[in-house]
Amino acid sequence: MKNEANIVIGGKAGDGIRAAGEVLGEIFNRHGLFTFVREDYQSLIRGGHNYSQIRASSDRVWSQYSPADVVVAMDERSIDNHEDRLGEDDKLIFDSDKVDYDGEAGRPMPLSSMVEKEEGIEVMRNSVAIGAIAHLYGLDLGIVEGVMEKNYGKKAEKNVLLAEKGYEYSEENFEKVIEIEFPEDKEIVPFLTGNQAISLGASKAGLDMYIAYPMTPSTSILHFTANYRDELGLTVVQPENEIGVINMALGSAYAGARSMVGTSGGGFALMQEALSMSGISETPLLIIECQRAGPSTGVPTYTSQADLKFALNSAHGEFPSIVLAPGDPAEAYYRAGEALNLAWIHQIPVILLSDKHLSESRMSIEIDFDGVSPEAEKRAESPGEDYKRYRFTEDGISPLARPGTSDAMVKVTSYEHDEYGYTTEDPEGIVAMQDKRKRKWEGIEEDVKNRNPLKVHGEDDSKDLILAWGSTKGAVLEAMEILDFPVKFVQPIYLKPFPSEKVLEHIESAERAICVEANSTGQLADLIRKEVLEDVDERILKYDMRPFDPPELAERLREAFK
Amino acid sequence: MSPDLDTPVENTWCPGCGDFGILQAVKMAFNELHEADEVRLENLVISSGIGCHAKIFDYVKVNGFYSIHGRVPATISGIKIANPELEVVGFSGDGDAYNEGVSHLIHAARRNVDSTMIVHDNRVFALTTGQFTPTSPKGFKGKSTPGGSIERPLNPIHLMLANDASFVARGFPGKLVHLKGLIKDAIRHPGFSIINVLQPCVTFYNLWEYYKERVYDLNERGHDTSDLQEAWKKSEENDDEIPIGVFYKEERETFEGLITDGKRPIQSGTAPGLDEVVERLL
Repeated sequence: MKNEANIVIGGKAGDGIRAAGEVLGEIFNRHGLFTFVREDYQSLIRGGHNYSQIRASSDRVWSQYSPADVVVAMDERSIDNHEDRLGEDDKLIFDSDKVDYDGEAGRPMPLSSMVEKEEGIEVMRNSVAIGAIAHLYGLDLGIVEGVMEKNYGKKAEKNVLLAEKGYEYSEENFEKVIEIEFPEDKEIVPFLTGNQAISLGASKAGLDMYIAYPMTPSTSILHFTANYRDELGLTVVQPENEIGVINMALGSAYAGARSMVGTSGGGFALMQEALSMSGISETPLLIIECQRAGPSTGVPTYTSQADLKFALNSAHGEFPSIVLAPGDPAEAYYRAGEALNLAWIHQIPVILLSDKHLSESRMSIEIDFDGVSPEAEKRAESPGEDYKRYRFTEDGISPLARPGTSDAMVKVTSYEHDEYGYTTEDPEGIVAMQDKRKRKWEGIEEDVKNRNPLKVHGEDDSKDLILAWGSTKGAVLEAMEILDFPVKFVQPIYLKPFPSEKVLEHIESAERAICVEANSTGQLADLIRKEVLEDVDERILKYDMRPFDPPELAERLREAFK
Repeated sequence: MSPDLDTPVENTWCPGCGDFGILQAVKMAFNELHEADEVRLENLVISSGIGCHAKIFDYVKVNGFYSIHGRVPATISGIKIANPELEVVGFSGDGDAYNEGVSHLIHAARRNVDSTMIVHDNRVFALTTGQFTPTSPKGFKGKSTPGGSIERPLNPIHLMLANDASFVARGFPGKLVHLKGLIKDAIRHPGFSIINVLQPCVTFYNLWEYYKERVYDLNERGHDTSDLQEAWKKSEENDDEIPIGVFYKEERETFEGLITDGKRPIQSGTAPGLDEVVERLL
């Protein structure tokens, strides 16, 4: 048996399922195991069905995993929905005060009465369950206590007590699943979500302001940055709507503040008008677009990679911009920092695509936090009365000056303009300014080329090629472990400018090229067709708005590479 | 010597437009504040929306952000929060402020971002050649309402009083010195200020004579600017007499003061406590 744990905890919204997933994940992470936690929740506050998938292993993990060795069911629906994850010898712990179950896997636990006995509240059933899990995998109760104290503060004491009761009960009644071996001297690595990583990376690159309107799955950036605003040196503002958000951010960026906004597809749609203004006024801006399942309201708390074309073609008119998509929290950290730097270096809008799966799933991952630093933008040296905000330059980048710092008049504008920023409708002037902005493309392409715009995983000599982007990376890497033949996986991180030459090389040297994407049409495959004039051989698509699961994906890949 | 605030840009407002008076009053106000050392010219930032009013961006030689239709309150809020030392003055039209961007306007007012909004209220869409706006009177015959507008007009003073603007005034370019004084007071006011300017549009809705016959300075008649109820009542006078001047003002904490808590949003350092945060994530 592999030295790993796969657990599902299910219940209604309000049963503390998310908290249990987070706490359990941290507990495993602190034991030195690589851990991945995915939260599956609905767009409601009470009732319905939520569950957390917790995966921990001494080998690196990149994804949730559909089979489970323990399912904890707080209610009947959790049994119905998840018992088929279990195999022989696996266990289904259920609250025997609430549910009857006589399946072979059943391990009844009187969760409710145990909580009642200690005068706890119903939501604390999750702590009893965590205690039982600690026993089933041989976890250290001291670590359980430490994590609960950190996460629950004053309420920790009762939760710790209940976890101990759960541990004792399990010890008396159930046999262990596995005595997990914990790496002895492994350094504990950060355990974080993509959204936390984005917040940290951008902050490290000199972010001054984060401005956002709440929208799943970007909301946790707002929560995280607001919570740690002092530590991260941020001013965090929640305006009246996404139109207010982006216009405020363009104002703050004009004043000299490195600014970032975050939203999901619908909010990003509202931002289009001002995104175009960022383009013509050359006001730097980092936009985080955390995709969720659309179109429109769609399935708002689930994941999707269907906004790629929208991001690539966003806003009216023509202007240079960058679109990139990290695939895990470490990449999210480095690339968010890089994206903020690029916005300021080239004075353009940069769109970083995430999705619910990357933004909200938590994983253990090493990050070199010094791997990001602010890169200086081109500033005007002692700008005086002759300062021209849109001075024509060879590379198209005009030196920046902040309003209020000198005698320079700093005018930026949504209108087509001359070098001073005054409105112009003169045909030659219009062409000249368009050409100035167009010249920036060359520098952007060169810059991005030197920042590893694509990653190659797996067997470089393999003729079987997988192409995937964003959060799908995790499932692909795990599926590759399951497959019994070597494959190469190319992950474009930059989608605009697209690393066409490299992608073409890989496609040409492959016998079969397959795109794996969480959308219904194959938007990366279409982009490849447009950029390199080659079709991939097959598109493996998933659009039930749940992320790819490694065993299932491995099966589909096996078929596709036959 | 007064600094020259003129720009080389050709002025394309219609001869006789009320916007000229606003431009004149603004330049005078800027100059006087500068000369009195109250505001440094390099710290002045103007912003405008889209419409005839917005051309003022090109006509005043100070910093500026030529924004888009309706978004000026958001633009200048962002500028002010990022650098509270800047003095931000936004220009807007009636369609711009009260239609397209009304949500930004009321929330900027409510938050009390220290900023000034000057609304060129000509009660018509002029740059798009004559349609009704939210301040056009019922029955207004425009190109989109040949049978007369069926909508009741919005009262900008009511709107702003109801949304907690901390300085609410009305001006008229026919009273230039008075308007200049209002602009200076609005800029001096430490909070969100709005001046709704009765701006005649000579081409599509010429109200010069109408206003000239009716406007009076309510502050000369002993109006108590701290009395919200009285301000509300005064702004209902719209027939025989039309009051101009300051309807209401109060001093309270500003948004940028509260949110930045004395710290400067633009920092040279990066994430000073990153290690601490990372520690929490282990």
